[in-house]
Amino acid sequence: MRLAPGFGVDEEELDSRLSAESVQSIREAHSQVESFPVFYARSITKLLHGDFGYSQTLHEPVRQLLVERFPETLKSVALGLAVGWATGLSLALLAVMSRSVFIDVTASLIASLLLCIPAAVIALLFLLAQAPGRMVVGLIVFPKIYHYAHNLLQQCASLPHVQTARAKGLGTFQVILRHILPIAAPQLCALAGVSVSIAFAATIPVEVLCDIPGIGQLAWKAALGRDLELLVNLTILITLITLLANAAGEMADHPLQRGEA
Amino acid sequence: MKCIRVSAIVFLSVLSLACLFADFLAPAPYAQQFRDEPNASASRQHLLGTDDLGRDRFSRLLYGTRVSLLLAPAAALIASVLAALVGGIAGFAGGRLQSSVMAATDLFLSLPWLFLLITVRALLPLNTTPVTSVIITFALLGCLGWAAAARVICSSVRSLCSSDMILLARASGSGGFRLLCRHILPNVKPVLAAQFWISVPVFILTEANLGILGLGVAEPMPSWGSLLRELESFSALSSQPWQFAPIVLLVVTVSCFHLALRKQELWA
Repeated sequence: MRLAPGFGVDEEELDSRLSAESVQSIREAHSQVESFPVFYARSITKLLHGDFGYSQTLHEPVRQLLVERFPETLKSVALGLAVGWATGLSLALLAVMSRSVFIDVTASLIASLLLCIPAAVIALLFLLAQAPGRMVVGLIVFPKIYHYAHNLLQQCASLPHVQTARAKGLGTFQVILRHILPIAAPQLCALAGVSVSIAFAATIPVEVLCDIPGIGQLAWKAALGRDLELLVNLTILITLITLLANAAGEMADHPLQRGEA
Repeated sequence: MKCIRVSAIVFLSVLSLACLFADFLAPAPYAQQFRDEPNASASRQHLLGTDDLGRDRFSRLLYGTRVSLLLAPAAALIASVLAALVGGIAGFAGGRLQSSVMAATDLFLSLPWLFLLITVRALLPLNTTPVTSVIITFALLGCLGWAAAARVICSSVRSLCSSDMILLARASGSGGFRLLCRHILPNVKPVLAAQFWISVPVFILTEANLGILGLGVAEPMPSWGSLLRELESFSALSSQPWQFAPIVLLVVTVSCFHLALRKQELWA
């Protein structure tokens, strides 16, 4: 961004009404962030002290912007994950346990179709149909959950002890709860971590097109306005959340694997 | 299933040929305006009608398909080459180099793809010529899309390095470079080919997402992303159904890539 044309130059400098002193003070204000290592050293020090900097394009402290917008994104991500996981996992379970070709083919077709449509197009179609935009995140998460869970559950269901349990007349619910889910749980936990990252990425087109004031829309505005401070903080925040989600998935995975052993 | 795969490959081939010969097939250049007929309905003269600037939609769809369909494989090629370099070297060297390179790759993978992409796209000039914007968009996709493939390549190279074949080659005095070029690379080629084909539809979809957000290919040059952006101005789903032709073509093309991909995976 520093190498991009126009970086460090304020449009206000072109205002003919400003005096030479004012223009000089604007230039001085921008020259403070010119040094690359100094900028990052200062940013990290400020971050450690809870200061997220100031957005040049939105003229507001980044912390305030994040506080205002983060709950909106969390709502979208939580709803999206809930919808995606509930639909994906239940359809995968239904397809595997019922052994019905119709359910399997229909669910696979829907999931494959959704994989072939860009998130932004789904958001636009929802906008045209006047449907709630937040549901789009669920539709983006769903096919990935369905495909992965379907393959995993199918492998688990074909294990000899599961087939023996079914042959001995154990009910479907009992087979799922006692024999399939305990084996599939560690990998499903890992998938949960990855799905958080997918959901956050989907919030950008959804929030931009459906006009939801979350951090996805904020990132887009920051990108268009080349707001370095805002973009850096947003990227760090999203990376941290994703890393935490992945780490939580792995942490949940270890006790499950120990229990299995 | 084989029949569906063959049909998918045939469809992609026909579409690629149609795009290559867009200059002959398109009734008008993509930027030509028919100023008397803005927002015209589908007719014999304009098969998919005209947009709000009076440009022929069918011509723009053909040229847009050419941009997306020819440059996505180019981006996939860049990503595959980078993945081969990073993953190959890390897997071949092993030890601390592999650990540190893979840690960096994991960190790269942790970043949500679209966040990273719009951040990096914002670094580059937004008001560029159409051709430059096309090059920037697809080069960026190629340069940022290597991480997942690099992980796969690294693990393939690692398992090859511990195979009997490579041990035998080492024992008979083959050096590092020779091992890499004569024994490892030819055996990793099918994995690389699979990664290449996996990347193509991903890049097509990402370009479409970027285009709709206004961070993709610049006007007046069409791409699937910029053509889909037109949907923003629609007021209802039912009016003028031919306007949805870019979505239909995009979904069918990406589906065909997925169907043809299974064949590629079988080869791998």
